[in-house]
Amino acid sequence: MPKAKVKRTKPSIDMTPMVDLAFLLVTFFMLTATPTPDEAVIVDTPSSVSEIKLRDADVITITVSNDNRVFFGVDGKHTKETLLDRMAQKYGVTFNEEQRQTFALIPSFGVPINQLGSFLSVPGPERKDVNQPGIPIDSVNNQLSDWVWETRKLNPSVIIAIKGDVDVSYETVDKVISTLEARKVNTFNLITDMETRPTIN
Amino acid sequence: MAEIQEKADSGKGGKKRAKKMSTHLDMTPMVDLAFLLLTFFMLTTSFSKPQTMEIRTPIDENKPENDTPIKASNALTILLGEEDKVYYYFGLGNPDENPEVEVTDFSNNGIRQVLLSQRVKDNPKMVVMIKPTEASRYKNMVDIFDEMKITDTKKFALVDITEQDKQLLANR
Repeated sequence: MPKAKVKRTKPSIDMTPMVDLAFLLVTFFMLTATPTPDEAVIVDTPSSVSEIKLRDADVITITVSNDNRVFFGVDGKHTKETLLDRMAQKYGVTFNEEQRQTFALIPSFGVPINQLGSFLSVPGPERKDVNQPGIPIDSVNNQLSDWVWETRKLNPSVIIAIKGDVDVSYETVDKVISTLEARKVNTFNLITDMETRPTIN
Repeated sequence: MAEIQEKADSGKGGKKRAKKMSTHLDMTPMVDLAFLLLTFFMLTTSFSKPQTMEIRTPIDENKPENDTPIKASNALTILLGEEDKVYYYFGLGNPDENPEVEVTDFSNNGIRQVLLSQRVKDNPKMVVMIKPTEASRYKNMVDIFDEMKITDTKKFALVDITEQDKQLLANR
């Protein structure tokens, strides 16, 4: 007696709908993706109930890390190139073409201008490990003030956002704010995290 | 792979018929790739735009007429101290006023209750002066601005700390 043969069917499922969905999502995420830029330093921003969103373009970001170092960042490739030229002229330093290109690409930096050239010459992947001392904001040597001033001259519509770490001492923040006030910047934004508004009774 | 086998089968029939090819396609690698990309983009996308808080500081034009003096009865001074402590007193802190410095914190029953108290809320002229000390941290400043927003206090200003205030804190 022949053995009853178990009919073998290839286990195949129609994956088409799943693939459709997967590609739809891939397309969606690809189009909406704005990759998070490599920040020079990680800061833990305080939370607030404020619901204003920071706009996408024309923003100067002044980052204050928890060890009181100050970083400066601005968006716009063209702005950055021109800004670097102006600052180079002001401080009497020169940058080569390659350094200018690099400067246009990095989101923020925290080195004094005389060290900026060598910082920009560090190859990309290693630049993250470079110890950046922060931009000087002392009253005698306030380079942050000049960076902000030159940027505002180039792009008058720029707004200033301060991204401070929870643990920065007020002294440093005060220095940054005073610097801005001295340059007649009286409206600025503090970058914060979201927090639900508590109910008051 | 599948197509070759089916071609071999088609030799059997007498009439040459257009063989119906199976439309099955092994989609597994494509699905693998699709989901890999999907995961990648999902993880790298940052949806949340950063939140901000807008601060306006008074314009310093060095014009005396811009400096409106505040009556001591219409002022609440908040000093941000060390270890997230909040000190406050009513008035401007002149030594002859002999202000009573109280200490509180950022909890729900802390400075918020002071800002919501009758003495502050019922006085439309009340101006809150925020004076962070050197010992305070950035979070304290943001928190106190936040409290202003939560309690809907409109008139407040960030002011530099004075020697008088330092004395008051030292003497308590």
